Amino acid sequence: MMSGRLTSLAIALAVAAMVAPAHAATIEITMENLVISPAEISARVGDTINWINKDVFAHTATAKNGDFDVMLPPKKSATSILKKAGTIEYYCRYHPNMKAMLKVEP
Amino acid sequence: MFIRRSAAIAAAILLSSPALLQGASAADKPTDPQIAHIAYTAGVIDINAAKQAQKKAKSKGVKAFAEDMLRDHEAVNKQALALVKKLNVTPEDNATSKALSKQASDKLAELDKLSGAAFDKAYVANEVAYHKQVNGALATQLIPSAGNAELKSFLQTGLKIFQGHQQHAEHVAAELK
Repeated sequence: MMSGRLTSLAIALAVAAMVAPAHAATIEITMENLVISPAEISARVGDTINWINKDVFAHTATAKNGDFDVMLPPKKSATSILKKAGTIEYYCRYHPNMKAMLKVEP
Repeated sequence: MFIRRSAAIAAAILLSSPALLQGASAADKPTDPQIAHIAYTAGVIDINAAKQAQKKAKSKGVKAFAEDMLRDHEAVNKQALALVKKLNVTPEDNATSKALSKQASDKLAELDKLSGAAFDKAYVANEVAYHKQVNGALATQLIPSAGNAELKSFLQTGLKIFQGHQQHAEHVAAELK
């Protein structure tokens, strides 16, 4: 009886692990001296991006396809949760020479 | 015509500045105190241009651009002052700084006569030309001449900022058309 319960619990957990998005991760993307790093990174839907602006200048992380437009005041950070899959090219509206890519997998 | 003329002036000043520097310092390249002065002056010029635009610009995009220029260049110059203090360098006025300032005050007077959409267009066109000019000077003259490593790296970041501004200005110019 007891062991049967444990087994079903184990199965339930195993199933949950397979179905639910495996633990949403937090990914750091840094802007420093007008460089976005990493310039290319993969993430999953549900992951959080922690945008860190180390510059004394304001930056933005603006998706070309309009998926996000994050304001980053000097020396501030902000987070956004990825809701849609796709390969997103983004840039800084104030300094359009700052460009990077985010691959969001389902 | 107007744009072509200011670009021609910019090119003339850019081309003539190494010669001016030779006369001023009796050396092939500017010294660190002169470079610091030129970089700071270049920032002040764009701050003054932005202040004029804040008063005169008509379009929302141009006003916002001027605000971005003001914010960035004030931040750059604040860093420049902190750096020269740290390095114990006293910025030294020189022929290039003087030529840049003269060119800028002529431009301010010229733009002051314009208003509305004509001002917006001329201001943004000059921002493109001006940033191009400064980028050229940074890349070919100031960065290679900088002796101090921290000053050099500061100028390299400055170049990236200015290149960003040039692209930003080009976007704003395209939107005005």
